Amino acid sequence: MNFYLLDLFVNPDSGTIIWMIIIFIIVWVILKRFAWKPLLNALKEREDSIADALSTAEKAKLEMSRLKADNERIIREAQKERDLILKEAKDLKNSILEEAKKQAKEESKKILAEASKKIEEQKAASIAEMKKQIVTFSVDIAEKILSQELSDSSRQEKMIKEIVDDIKFN
Amino acid sequence: MNRITTILVIGILLTTTPLFTYASSDDNSTASGFNAGEFVMHHISDSYDWHIMSIGEKHISIPLPIIVYSKTKGLNCFLSSRFDHGHSSFNGFKIEENGTNKGKIVEVIGNTMNTDNTAELPWDLSITKTVAGIMVSVVLMLMIFISAGKAAQRNKGKAPTGIQNFVEPVILFLRDDVAKPAIGEDKYQRYMPYLLTIFFFILINNLLGLIPIFPFGANVTGNISVTLALALFTFIVTTVSGNKHYWKEIINPDVPTLLKIPIPLMPLIEFIGMLIKPVVLMIRLFANMMAGHMIISIFVALIFIFANLFGPTVAYSVAPFSILFGVFMTLLDVLVSFIQAYVFVFLSAIYIGMATSEHH
Repeated sequence: MNFYLLDLFVNPDSGTIIWMIIIFIIVWVILKRFAWKPLLNALKEREDSIADALSTAEKAKLEMSRLKADNERIIREAQKERDLILKEAKDLKNSILEEAKKQAKEESKKILAEASKKIEEQKAASIAEMKKQIVTFSVDIAEKILSQELSDSSRQEKMIKEIVDDIKFN
Repeated sequence: MNRITTILVIGILLTTTPLFTYASSDDNSTASGFNAGEFVMHHISDSYDWHIMSIGEKHISIPLPIIVYSKTKGLNCFLSSRFDHGHSSFNGFKIEENGTNKGKIVEVIGNTMNTDNTAELPWDLSITKTVAGIMVSVVLMLMIFISAGKAAQRNKGKAPTGIQNFVEPVILFLRDDVAKPAIGEDKYQRYMPYLLTIFFFILINNLLGLIPIFPFGANVTGNISVTLALALFTFIVTTVSGNKHYWKEIINPDVPTLLKIPIPLMPLIEFIGMLIKPVVLMIRLFANMMAGHMIISIFVALIFIFANLFGPTVAYSVAPFSILFGVFMTLLDVLVSFIQAYVFVFLSAIYIGMATSEHH
């Protein structure tokens, strides 16, 4: 077996080292300028923009929830207001009804009172009329009766006598 | 545990290598037949030309540029095809065929193939197979990531498109699960370009090394020179970014005075620890990738070994199993490629994090 080349092989060769150093430095400089910088920058920018977008989304979410809460509050308030307005309207209606009823009652009372007063008046007037007529009738009747009763003298005497008897002296 | 095993394996490898080398010099019995060791080593080691295939005795390979500098002959640039696969010399240089410098470029005396063994080795800056492999992977890397970067700029504020989709999750993973926890939220950004570059460099080279078709398949990350350079970068980045606290922990750690004053035991240990960290990085990646390539090559070599020993019939019956195991090992190496790239970058991040942390 011939292993002489192995000997050559683990002995570093200065020419290769020099070439390697030169080539590596050139590659390093070129890649640093034209590859790593743009690539690393692109990665960084993308990460930043993603982080930005995420934080914006988070903010938007927060804003949304705030708006939602706001909306709910507004709706709640509106509902409350509506309830209040409805209640007021009801109250108003009730009070109006009450008032109307009261007024109607009062009116009816007044009308009743007036009516009864009128009736009273008419009654009084009719009574007065009746009295007047009754007086007339009574005078007429009395006239007729008297004319009949006092037609003979005996009856006149009897009557006088009765009247005289009736008169009591006390 | 993994680290200890790796170090052990490499230790054994390093200590026994001279034995093999020695043994090889007087072993000529395999010269006529198939040499499995040579075959495997050839597939995982560096070379001056990019071998594609051999048909019979004819080798088809892509010649690569040789750049050597010597004090006597100055700077020389030519294609490796001039060496005629190591059989001839050119411009006073040749690839040494034996001895301690075997496989390296040496100077020859005059126009002959003779060399002066005591002479200094020339400076070798050749574009070897490994360097060419690095260049191929780097071109691919630049294409992928620059287009991803452009896409990122184009799609500002929009969804990612195309290649950007594949790259971004990995970058995100490295940023959020490696750099941030290891270095810390406030300092990781400075080190991201470095960590991304080494991660993708290692990963792409690991994966391309598994593709056995030209222009891929060079054993880049299984080459100790490459991993040494990578570990060196991590060491430099760590040391440069080390803060007051880090240096204080090395020079004057919080331990009983007796451990520091007569003999600076703890500072010494801390200092060695500082140096061992990148060494461990270097050896782990190298050993893992080299082993993967080696095992796949060995499974292929097994067919030829059997052919040599028992004839072609046995070799044909062994071949399906060899291929099956080879496929299995390749798939395993895909996994190892990701794991090793991750481990390298993760440990680098941890070392940087240790150097920059304010308190424990």
